Amino acid sequence: MQRVSAKVLSRVRELMADGTVTKVVGWKKGEFFYDCTPFVFETVESLDELVYDSFCAANLSKYMIKNSVIPEGQTGKVLVLLKPCDTYSFNQLLTEHRIVRENVYILGVGCEGMADIERVKAQGIKGITGASEKDGILTVETVYGNKEVAVKDVLVNKCETCKGKAHVIYDELISENEDEGAAGDRFEGVRALEAMTSEERFAFWKAELSKCIRCNACRNACPACSCRKCVFDNNASGIASKANTDSFEEKMFHIIRAFHVAGRCTDCGECTRVCPQGIPLHLFNRKYIKDINEFYGDYSAGETAGQRGPLINFTKDDVEPQIVSDREGN
Amino acid sequence: MPINEANQEIKKEWKPKIVAFCCNWCSYAGADLAGSSRLVYPADVKIIRVPCSCRVNPMFILRAFEKGADGVILCGCHPGDCHYSTGNYYTRRRMTLLFSMLDYIGVEKGRTRVEWVSAAEGVKFSTVMNNFVSKIYELGENVKVGDLRCKE
Repeated sequence: MQRVSAKVLSRVRELMADGTVTKVVGWKKGEFFYDCTPFVFETVESLDELVYDSFCAANLSKYMIKNSVIPEGQTGKVLVLLKPCDTYSFNQLLTEHRIVRENVYILGVGCEGMADIERVKAQGIKGITGASEKDGILTVETVYGNKEVAVKDVLVNKCETCKGKAHVIYDELISENEDEGAAGDRFEGVRALEAMTSEERFAFWKAELSKCIRCNACRNACPACSCRKCVFDNNASGIASKANTDSFEEKMFHIIRAFHVAGRCTDCGECTRVCPQGIPLHLFNRKYIKDINEFYGDYSAGETAGQRGPLINFTKDDVEPQIVSDREGN
Repeated sequence: MPINEANQEIKKEWKPKIVAFCCNWCSYAGADLAGSSRLVYPADVKIIRVPCSCRVNPMFILRAFEKGADGVILCGCHPGDCHYSTGNYYTRRRMTLLFSMLDYIGVEKGRTRVEWVSAAEGVKFSTVMNNFVSKIYELGENVKVGDLRCKE
């Protein structure tokens, strides 16, 4: 990661200095070293704050909707740093005609899996002041000296089942990873739920969804949730979210949102990562992906730009809804 | 009468609330035919007429359950016979996924159904409704979907 990181930072600086790009969408350190926040860099000097390390889990694709539009009178491209799984979201947004491709310079960056600071802390490591990764080992600097922990033990939820190390779209690539294909069984959690009785499932979701504070973080971070006008908002009313006052939308928020992104969700896992309450929201999306694969053939949103999604398509011999009842298991 | 007994009394008389979305061109006419042919189907079924089965937004079905429905059935033209050519093909995909999701959050799969009923199938309409209602009686009261985000 360190080698890739150094290469990425110097290459970005080069591209900005020679005028190939005029803006860079990347990550900037927040208050703590592990708070890597998406940021738009507009000058070469500001690039001092650009980082790429094991805590840059945020998917930057969604920011390109706004940033790929170059204001009149300005020229140049916008550089965006995309990890392999982020490129799927980028492709999906291209499919939906939300990004102006000509204005974007995609610098694909290699990824070894991102670390979750909460999981590092859960290993009993206290007083953390810094961290660096090398060959799968995260060296955590603490006030009590350095501690070592394997990255694979502290991965963020979405990296536990990796989509693969291959970028599906890029202009330039800085990566040292061989693509080993997808790792881990991403439907394991879905299967575990399916094996429960329906009472248990209802109790599970009731307990999980009751934690929701309706902060809208999942929606705001989701690259698929990029509608110009969201059904849960009423901008004309002067308040940010109308759903809070509509009891139906308030109660069904997550189910409705999951259906809205069904067939477009690339399983980037941002919803679960940003949830401050730790609700496993990816289980909704993966259920839809699993069903779509089962009923309509394997489909991976964002694999290539311009695909026709399964919910805006049909064939004359599709399965009947009865299959849900007839299917084996639960 | 003590409250507990009174509650049990009410429980004994439990009647399911069943919502049937019927497409204007086929199933609603099928229901009409069932009526004019004097075929019987239970009064627990409340029919909502929609211009096409494809008009049924998945949110309608969620809302029906949230408001306390015990079963929701959706009837449309047979695939290939849609008045708008392709509406029911989209319905078929949407509802398959939605029903699977409803089952996933704890609404048993028997409580949702899609049936294709043409305008000439008055008999089918009445049999379908009788079957569906007896299935709902079998399953009993639904979980309180409206309480999905209220911790006890």
